[in-house]
Amino acid sequence: MRTLRYILQKEFIQVFRNKTMLPMIFVLPLVQMLVLVFAATYDLENVDLYLVNQDQSEASRELVAKFEASPFFRIYDASFDVTDAENSFKKEAADFVLIIPQDFERALVREDEAKVELLINAIDGNKASLIYSYARGILTGFNREIIAEWKSLPEFNPPMQVRVKDTYWFNPELDYKWYMAPGILAILVTIIGMFLSGMNLVREKEMGTIEQLNVTPIKKYQFILGKLLPFLVIALFDLAFGLLIARLVFNLPIVGSLPLLFGFAALYLVGVLGLGLFISTVTETQQQVMFVTFFFMMIFILMGGIFTPVESMPEWAQWLDRINPIYYFMRIMRMVVLKGSGFFDLWQEFVSLLIIGTSFLGLSIWRYRKTS
Amino acid sequence: MKIESINTKVGDAVTSAREKVIEVRNLVKKFGSFVANDHLNFEVYRGEIFGFLGANGAGKTTAMRILCGLSSPTSGELSVGGFDVYRQAEQIKRNIGYMSQKFSLYEDMTVAENIRFYAGIYGISVKQRKEKERVLLQKLQLEDARDKLIASLPLGWKQKLAFSVALLHDPKIIFLDEPTGGVDPITRRQFWDFIYEAAAEGKTIFVTTHYMDEAEYCDRVSIMVDGRIAALDTPEKLKQQFLSEDMNGVFLKLARGAQNGE
Repeated sequence: MRTLRYILQKEFIQVFRNKTMLPMIFVLPLVQMLVLVFAATYDLENVDLYLVNQDQSEASRELVAKFEASPFFRIYDASFDVTDAENSFKKEAADFVLIIPQDFERALVREDEAKVELLINAIDGNKASLIYSYARGILTGFNREIIAEWKSLPEFNPPMQVRVKDTYWFNPELDYKWYMAPGILAILVTIIGMFLSGMNLVREKEMGTIEQLNVTPIKKYQFILGKLLPFLVIALFDLAFGLLIARLVFNLPIVGSLPLLFGFAALYLVGVLGLGLFISTVTETQQQVMFVTFFFMMIFILMGGIFTPVESMPEWAQWLDRINPIYYFMRIMRMVVLKGSGFFDLWQEFVSLLIIGTSFLGLSIWRYRKTS
Repeated sequence: MKIESINTKVGDAVTSAREKVIEVRNLVKKFGSFVANDHLNFEVYRGEIFGFLGANGAGKTTAMRILCGLSSPTSGELSVGGFDVYRQAEQIKRNIGYMSQKFSLYEDMTVAENIRFYAGIYGISVKQRKEKERVLLQKLQLEDARDKLIASLPLGWKQKLAFSVALLHDPKIIFLDEPTGGVDPITRRQFWDFIYEAAAEGKTIFVTTHYMDEAEYCDRVSIMVDGRIAALDTPEKLKQQFLSEDMNGVFLKLARGAQNGE
């Protein structure tokens, strides 16, 4: 234990004497929380709508007014000619074309049925389906009013309407920032932990000081723990700092227990730091560590369910995610922060992270060689 | 003149103590098909200054790294300080000091912090460490530099400090890998004074160098050529044997047939 204390003391001296380290520790969370959380949003606003209203009747104008009133759409341009709309569409200027044909009102009155045409840019499938469902929502509302207005003649019994009222639990305002912030925080602690610890170990290799350590009776586990604990502490500090920013800037509710959250974060970090250190035991330069770590981190983050739901991934990918520590930590972050889940809701994640953590840490201690 | 007087002094010490502290039998180290150490055989005695000479690439550093437990031998029997290199590597590490070619102190820490760290991992008590630190800084006349970053010190000071730090835990055997590379002649001279001092205390010094004048300072010298030991004896006898005025001549005669050298 005494040896470990001296190693930790030395690591902390070096970390805080490193001129790029302190700015990293404070600037990284600030930028990630203030820029990424706002940028990584699925909230749909101001979709550019290209209007082709060939009818110019009262009914069609009413429908257009409904689209104009919606916060999701803004009319980007209008024309009578469908080809103009299609050209604008091809240039990626308009996201969505609404075509109201010439006989819209007449058909509505005579046949109780009229058609409009929607053209949606579906390069981004997610966005396209969102646009579609918003547009459908507006059309349904329009329909309902038409029925109420035109069919409420005395002899006509208005149809019974079942109205569905939606309530969204845990994030009642469907604020994407609340959903993204815990995810971005998970990325933050991963970057801080994995990169800093791995780079630090390899730096000793580059400087040659590792040779001097290897001729001392230092134990392998002492060395690895000495490289792991400082960055675990720094990453936890950054998690706290990031949560504070989220709380102050976009009022992120933290429903669950903070000690539980930090306990899980520490367990998670043992795993990712262990992996970072393992990578640094098999590489020789900081450049190599960067590349290999980056490779793993990209896969972990993109498969971790931060940006895309894991449930919609193919089955084999979901299976692969079982060894992805970010996948578990992501769930834990969202469940504890937004839902207030307790330990017993998360015991499966706990067991998985425990296994991943001990494996990666064990692997790095095993692979660290005092004798080459 | 100074050099000769020191040589005779140490020569006496060698004859009085013949306890073997390093024994190497048929040491072979291969990197793929390249044979870095080809059946090396030698012994080093207690209190001796044993010089390991050779051109760059002759295999000096490889052999030293194996003795320190930094690299594993391909085959051969080796014992250091009475411990077996294969099975008792950690005991060996408690009993040796090592100073590598690459400078080994932490540049971003102060003199005192480096001493505290290395003393700490060797399990030296705080009280002992403070005493050792005081004596060490006084000897090196570095009292004023105690709280300066290593990076700010001149190379010669760094080397002397690294040597002293490698001695903090009173090792029986000290391995020095080209300790005076890039150091000015005065500092080199001082450095050798430290080496003699340590040897006089009964410590064994195993030093690699390619400065032939330094070879004269050693009690016994082994000259490596292409991974083999081409000659091993006292500088005096080697000069007689190869009919040469100085060690430089001896070395040139031996190295002429080399393939891996410069």
